[in-house]
Amino acid sequence: MTNFLSDGVSAGDIVLAGIKAVIAFVICLVATMLMVWFERKVVSRLQNRIGPNVTGPFGLLQTLADGIKLFFKEDIIPSRSDRFVFQLAPYLSLVPAFLTFAIIPIAGDFSPGNDGTVTLPGGQVTGFQVADVPAGILFFLAMSSLGIYGIMLAGWSSGSKYPLLGSVRATAQAISYEAALGLSLASVILVSGTLSTSGIVQAQAEGGFFGMNMIVTGFVPFFVFIVAGTAELNRPPFDLVEAEQELVGGFHTEYSSIRFAMFFLAEFMNTVTMGAIIVTLFMGGPSAWFGLYFLGWFGGFVWFFAKLLLFLFMFVWFRATLPRLRYDQLMDLGWKLLIPISLGWLLVLGGIRVAQNGDIGLFESNTADVIFVLAVSLAIMAIGATLLQKAITNSAQERLASRGLRSVPTQQDLAASTTEQDGGH
Amino acid sequence: MSDFLREYLLVAIFGLMAFVLVGAFLGLASLIRPDRPSAGKIENYESGVDPIGSMWSQSQIRYYIFALLFVMFDVEAVFIFPWAVRLEAFGFFGLVEMVIFIFILALGLAYAWRKGVLRWA
Repeated sequence: MTNFLSDGVSAGDIVLAGIKAVIAFVICLVATMLMVWFERKVVSRLQNRIGPNVTGPFGLLQTLADGIKLFFKEDIIPSRSDRFVFQLAPYLSLVPAFLTFAIIPIAGDFSPGNDGTVTLPGGQVTGFQVADVPAGILFFLAMSSLGIYGIMLAGWSSGSKYPLLGSVRATAQAISYEAALGLSLASVILVSGTLSTSGIVQAQAEGGFFGMNMIVTGFVPFFVFIVAGTAELNRPPFDLVEAEQELVGGFHTEYSSIRFAMFFLAEFMNTVTMGAIIVTLFMGGPSAWFGLYFLGWFGGFVWFFAKLLLFLFMFVWFRATLPRLRYDQLMDLGWKLLIPISLGWLLVLGGIRVAQNGDIGLFESNTADVIFVLAVSLAIMAIGATLLQKAITNSAQERLASRGLRSVPTQQDLAASTTEQDGGH
Repeated sequence: MSDFLREYLLVAIFGLMAFVLVGAFLGLASLIRPDRPSAGKIENYESGVDPIGSMWSQSQIRYYIFALLFVMFDVEAVFIFPWAVRLEAFGFFGLVEMVIFIFILALGLAYAWRKGVLRWA
């Protein structure tokens, strides 16, 4: 057992792992702090306000000030709560948020001939990520599922009505969109041929700007991923979890002081990480566009954060622009549109890849094979679109009926009532 | 130790450090914050009035059905991921198999819809 554990692990490796972990924590926390500031500032500007501008230059230290204040606030554990789970939930929420960050390559030189790693003076070869997990994508999916436990248990253990409703909603929403999230990721895996995040970045770097998975996978998985990712983060317009007009604060209604801060931190950390995942999987991560490589690994760092900023701004923009969805709309969008579309698109992409390889197929010619696959894929996507259409019409009619209003009569109804009047009365 | 396991060991250490960090935040706060609970303060929040009825209420059965559907699609993802990594090797044979697999799943989704499970009215 001792041999198994110590085999090939030198003191240098351990020091390196420690340094990488500390740097990752610092980047994670600073990025989250700045994200909170960024969101408040941008939303303010979009709403014609100024936003935080007193604490530090441009109000940059506002988040820090808020955090320090929360340290000094009394912590209240409600009398009817399940004390153990109530205290455990912040850990379950924040630890997966940190862990997802571990697999993201945040810097590195991915120019032709380089694989994003550097050789340190001690002789170790390392990439700019805490751990290059071979099944990075699966790890990301696992962590985003684990984060749900924090929210679910926080709401349940509060022993209160609003948090319980919020957490049940959160769970149903997260699992609905997780399916779409995973299926859109399958397209990325298909074109990259690997599950490791650094491998996916490398596969994209080879193709330059037009090698980005966003373009190679044909945009559809990219949009599905953005919508499903926003829903997974419980951010507006999918923030039914903490819809403050209905549920007070959602799952964290009963949390106060530093425990509340942990949930808040986890939420914004997840936003930053989700943006980073989108950059890694669809935009080429730290690899440069148009061959504009500079300054070795540091250039990758600059590229990565430039791309990340784009998506963080997009998330904030969503919040400032879009109204919240109703619950039935949320479920319809996930199950009846996003899942069928990503399934269909996966088959389209698979068909195209196989045809490119010139494989011998079912029919005489490759063209016929591809047409067959395209037909099946389009059929699946059409089923999805029809389902959504039906669902929207049905729910609109039911809503009108439940208010005691008659639905808008169709041409047929009008024709039928006219004949009725002519014949009977 | 193999490289494969070493990366996961790094993740485990990182996770442990994250756990300690969160614990440190909470521990530090518990040292410096005031603690003066009172009966009214630790009562559950219900828009300012005294809470009514039991707090451990039941929730809708349809949430459970969505959970079942989710299991179906998540298991499917487990099958699709390895296929997607090795599509080049399987070629057209693999593709046809996946078309059949996904078609059956699409049938399942259509069935769920036909039964009115997906309707959230």
